[in-house]
Amino acid sequence: MLWETIRLALTAIIRNALRSFLTVLGVVIGVAAVIAMVTVGQGSSEQVSANVESLGTNVLVLRSGARMMGPGSRDTAPSFKLSDAEALEDLSSLSAVAPVVSTSATAVFGNNNRTTSITGTTSPYLEIGGWTIALGRSFTPAEDRSGANLCIIGETVRTTLFGATDPTGEKIRIKSISCEVIGVLKSKGAGSFGQDQDDLVLMPVRTVQRRLMGSQDVSSISLQVARTASVERATSDIEALMRERRRIAIGEDDDFSVFDMAELSSMLNSVNSVLTGLLSSVAAVSLLVGGIGIMNIMLVSVTERTREIGIRLSVGAQAHQVLMQFLVEAVVLSVLGGIIGILFGLGLAYVAAQIMAIPFSPSLNVIALAFGFSAVVGMVFGYFPARRAARLDPIDALHYQ
Amino acid sequence: MSEPLLELRGIERHYGHDETLVRALDGVDLRVEPGEFLAIMGPSGSGKSTAMNIIGCLDRPTAGNYLFNGVEVATLNRDQRALLRRHYLGFVFQGYNLLPRTTALENVELPLIYKGMRKAERVARARQALARVGLEGREDHTPSQLSGGQQQRVAIARALAGEPMVMLADEPTGNLDTKRSVEIMNLMQDLNRESGLTIVMVTHEEDMAAYASRLVVFTDGRVVRDEKMHEGAL
Repeated sequence: MLWETIRLALTAIIRNALRSFLTVLGVVIGVAAVIAMVTVGQGSSEQVSANVESLGTNVLVLRSGARMMGPGSRDTAPSFKLSDAEALEDLSSLSAVAPVVSTSATAVFGNNNRTTSITGTTSPYLEIGGWTIALGRSFTPAEDRSGANLCIIGETVRTTLFGATDPTGEKIRIKSISCEVIGVLKSKGAGSFGQDQDDLVLMPVRTVQRRLMGSQDVSSISLQVARTASVERATSDIEALMRERRRIAIGEDDDFSVFDMAELSSMLNSVNSVLTGLLSSVAAVSLLVGGIGIMNIMLVSVTERTREIGIRLSVGAQAHQVLMQFLVEAVVLSVLGGIIGILFGLGLAYVAAQIMAIPFSPSLNVIALAFGFSAVVGMVFGYFPARRAARLDPIDALHYQ
Repeated sequence: MSEPLLELRGIERHYGHDETLVRALDGVDLRVEPGEFLAIMGPSGSGKSTAMNIIGCLDRPTAGNYLFNGVEVATLNRDQRALLRRHYLGFVFQGYNLLPRTTALENVELPLIYKGMRKAERVARARQALARVGLEGREDHTPSQLSGGQQQRVAIARALAGEPMVMLADEPTGNLDTKRSVEIMNLMQDLNRESGLTIVMVTHEEDMAAYASRLVVFTDGRVVRDEKMHEGAL
């Protein structure tokens, strides 16, 4: 008889194809929306965490100009020089110091060229930025100080200019200079804002200053706090040194600022959690809408179904047989919708993760929650009207309007 | 006098309470013997349909005794009444009450499913019943593809398929034109005469009642007339 009941339920599902389709659709939309949104949210959250780690721990950036500067105020503050970076090296609270000069230029090799960002710096920059050498070598201390025409290229630049071949020892042209590739950086992938972190060329700081910028200025100084020191102490040491070197009188404001990368990343994280919260609430609304859809389909069909129950009762069905049929129907539709919804939601999330270049990280909890909610809505609204109808006297079920 | 198949003693059915109380049935006594073709007539609101629903165990009386084949129905629970309908009763309604989007064959199979019959036997029995009502070749038509008269034939086939002891028909020709009505009545009369099927039919048309072997007239919830009719009346 159980098999007969399942057959009855399946027959009813096929016979009422439109109603079944709409019910399944309600479950699919609810489940898929929640899974896709939450999975994407979690992926981007993980991406931010990974970026925080790739930024390097205890990294500070020193820039010229006050922190909350108005338009044009930066121009009034003097730029840093290489001597400032050298002075900072003497601070015991810092373990690495790298002056940075940034510009952008087109790198050319043979028929290939790429406009990329050129960073003039010294070898400690690699450690501070969490870069490792994939191929070749870094700058030697002598090269750090020299104005030699050498460069280390990012993965993106290597791929564009050299394809699969080994670029070390080759010479690329940047503006008027020809520089030898001595190393390739290991790929870091996309950054917090989706930017390509591997699209860069590193050169000795003096080379960039003399040959590309024609100036002695340094854009910023990247610093790594020593293990033995706190970020707060390092910051105050830097501030004291710089006020002294820049001759800022007591009571005057700093004309430079120290950025804490950890602070920046925690800000990114909080922006991200707001976004995840937003996505989750949109998803919750989708789930609710899906649920209301299921509910409506079920309630609209109550009249017809109540008459059907009346007919079944009049030909001798017992109430529990009719109920079992309706329960099986509700379970089959909900589970079917749930499975399609999970696949669809994961598919959407996967595509989104590829496009946004974030990790694809499905969560079992969310899948279970979305599936459970829709299944319960489907079953409750499929089952309870049926239960009410099956408890009527057959004649009342038959005459139900 | 043989044992009655159906016996109603002082049956009452009330609706509402106190001032709005309606006595749809107000003390009905009725005995139906096997093989009878009973026609119940009466004006609207006389309680004839209510009596029919109680006989069919689709509704329960407020007071009185109803014995089906000697068994007091009031002592049966819901599931037992369902079994009584399943094994002994067949219904034909004014509005046909077929499952929509479901073929004639499957509609006729429905009571057999609940009887626990195997698929092959069900199909054979359902085809036979459809053939008996003259619907060969229409097995795969859904109700919307059939005329009113054909739908009512499907309903009769469904009532017959379970081989009931009694067929209960509530205004079976109420939605049909005269020609179809006559066809349905001839069919029912044949079933009664040839197969000895006991039939209780509610109608408000005297022409239809004339096919029966006995006429009972209801007024205000009571039986006011009960008479045997001549063979081959009309």
